[in-house]
Amino acid sequence: MGGRSAAVMAAAVGRVLRLCRRWGAGPGAQTLRLICTTTAVQRKNAGASGPEKYTEAFIKKQIEEFNLGKRHLANMMGEDPETFTQEDIDRAIAYLFPSGLFDKQARPLMKHPTEVFPEQRKIQWGEDGRPFHFLFYTGKQSYYSLMHETYEKLLNVQKHQDELIAQDLPLQKEKRNLAGSRWLTKIELEEMLVEKMSDDDYSRFIRLLEKLVALPCADLEEKYIQKFSKEVPAQLQKVLIEPLQYDERGVAFSTGEGRRKTASATAVVYDNGTGKITVNGIDILHYFPVLQDREQLLFPFQFLGRIGKHDMVCTVSGGGRSAQAGAIRLASAKALRSFVTEKEVEFMRQAGLLTVDPRVKERKKPGQEGPRRKFTWKKR
Amino acid sequence: MLRSLQGLVCRSLKLDHGCVLHTAARDGLSSVSSQDVPAENPRAVFHTSESDPAKHTEQHEGRLYNIPLEEVKAVFPHGLPYRFQQQIQTFNEARVMVRKPALELLAYLKGSNFAHPAVRYVIYGERGTGKTMTLCHVVHYCSRQGWLVLHIPDAHLWVKNCKELLQSSYKKDRLDQPLQASVWLKNFKSSNERFLQEIKTQKKYMWGKQESTEEGRPLGEVVEQGLARVRSASDAVGVVLREIKQQSHRGSFRLLVAVDGVNALWGRTSLRKEDKSPVSPEELTLVHNLRKMVRNDWSGGAIVTTLSQTGSLFKPSSAYTPQELLGKEGFDALDPFVPIPVPNYSPREFESCYGYYLERKWLQHEKAHTEDGKAELRFLSGSNPRQLDRLAGPL
Repeated sequence: MGGRSAAVMAAAVGRVLRLCRRWGAGPGAQTLRLICTTTAVQRKNAGASGPEKYTEAFIKKQIEEFNLGKRHLANMMGEDPETFTQEDIDRAIAYLFPSGLFDKQARPLMKHPTEVFPEQRKIQWGEDGRPFHFLFYTGKQSYYSLMHETYEKLLNVQKHQDELIAQDLPLQKEKRNLAGSRWLTKIELEEMLVEKMSDDDYSRFIRLLEKLVALPCADLEEKYIQKFSKEVPAQLQKVLIEPLQYDERGVAFSTGEGRRKTASATAVVYDNGTGKITVNGIDILHYFPVLQDREQLLFPFQFLGRIGKHDMVCTVSGGGRSAQAGAIRLASAKALRSFVTEKEVEFMRQAGLLTVDPRVKERKKPGQEGPRRKFTWKKR
Repeated sequence: MLRSLQGLVCRSLKLDHGCVLHTAARDGLSSVSSQDVPAENPRAVFHTSESDPAKHTEQHEGRLYNIPLEEVKAVFPHGLPYRFQQQIQTFNEARVMVRKPALELLAYLKGSNFAHPAVRYVIYGERGTGKTMTLCHVVHYCSRQGWLVLHIPDAHLWVKNCKELLQSSYKKDRLDQPLQASVWLKNFKSSNERFLQEIKTQKKYMWGKQESTEEGRPLGEVVEQGLARVRSASDAVGVVLREIKQQSHRGSFRLLVAVDGVNALWGRTSLRKEDKSPVSPEELTLVHNLRKMVRNDWSGGAIVTTLSQTGSLFKPSSAYTPQELLGKEGFDALDPFVPIPVPNYSPREFESCYGYYLERKWLQHEKAHTEDGKAELRFLSGSNPRQLDRLAGPL
């Protein structure tokens, strides 16, 4: 029993690791650069790039192995195999194979094969060489069939509309909420159809969709249209602005925190002040002898036109001279939000006073002298 | 780039009329319209025509008074801060602000009893707050009153960067500084011509083997001797100081000893002897004699000194109190003294300095004329006179 379970465990482990390696090595390797856009927009669709690399039988076998492995894993973890969800699997793998790698996708991972292996186009002709789809010889069979379908829906709607006009019935005028949704991107569409398309094709399709949506009776085909639209994620989370606090003397004050590079600062801005600013117990004229740093501190107050009206007491640590100045600037801007109307907060945000500066020191790479500088190139 | 809310709101005001007028925008607009109005007044407010320091009172506090340029050349051959000299050249007039520490000092001087030993005043404060200018104000007052002014512009110059150090012929273990001494003698001569003729020597002094100055000769001759024979300049300085000190209690003239950077006399020097051993201040003739002057064992005058961190050696930049800058030795030597702290500009003084720059068209930037610009200047300079001066330069 012990030996068998050990063998089973080893087999399960092997399966997991194999899955992980395949994930990295397969053509579906997906790299994400650190740009703040949604992952949907950035992903490359490699599923449609070439003919089949994985046969159907292979995929089926992988699914069976995955399910088996899932049950073994559940057994290993002492949980019920019937109710073992994907989250449980992730947790179990993270526990069994702890990894210090920074890239989350390089860590060991066990997912359903349909997520791991990208969708492949099945063979589109039969044994006699005759293609299944009637539009195969256009080259872009899925795209044209989609266009045909959409146009059919459009004609449907127009017919319905004509009928309503003929019967003198009012046309339904409920507008779709276009603000909260977007069309699928080209890449997402390619993934859906498992076929590459050009930019022109994509724009034609989108125009057709928009034409369909513009018709008054378009809610007839609502379900069809929803297949191609996505909800835009909720607006930027509303940042809670703290209300003013009052200290013993009755003076209103508010606190803010800021970071820049490795410096972190906290600022307490008091009302009814004379413009005196103290950093770590030292006057700013002595703490920041350089004019540039003092200008940075001045910026939030000057922007709001409140230069001589507030006093500030801040503490700052870490970083260098410029980083500390930037950190205090951010902290004071955040603290000033409580004193100011919402419109001004929006102005401040647009001026960049409330944004955390993401620039940090870039890592030095091996084989180079610095983050970007290469070693001197010698011809011989 | 969006620098100010004012511009944004003004632009948005032009676009949609129904938008709520922001209070800041209202102030901005009003200040733009009203700045043409008080064009004539600033001259009257910030300046005072009283150019005799003896008559300056609290009423004149915060205002600038004019010193005629010939007087400047006569009274201050040396001693004015370099940036102030440049400002005099640029504006073609010398305007000094009347501030509280100076008024305080002048009040003490006016009320002091000259039969008692000389009182020592030490002007101290942070960097760039106006200590040297206060000293110059006092020097101007004393020279107007007809005192003999012994003004050492910067004692730090005597303890560092000396190219030539000669062994003194008078005392074997002392070192002479001919260059510094001769420069000082030249300036002293140009500012106190009158006294040099009146004061007579009381002893015979030998300069080397052949030359000597007889008893009863005017002091001007000693000075000439020092200027002619540079080797004996330091000894000449010593003689001058000694004579003046001895004769001051007689009452024929009042003596003001004004030393800028007095903490140099008791610190360390950056000079080295030929065998690379460091020189301590006592070994320098000039410093030794000056220390004797600053002792309060004479009467008939006053000693006004300034502490200065800027030129000091081996002292941290945050040090500004007498305790820190003078060290134990200096503090004991100068004790008892009257400390006079000099703070940064008060709001009124800041206004008058800003008004003066505006009036002389020194601030060319268009934003400098607005209230916001003034607030910005006040913030960035921290009301420190030197910082304000440096800030206003490029504008």
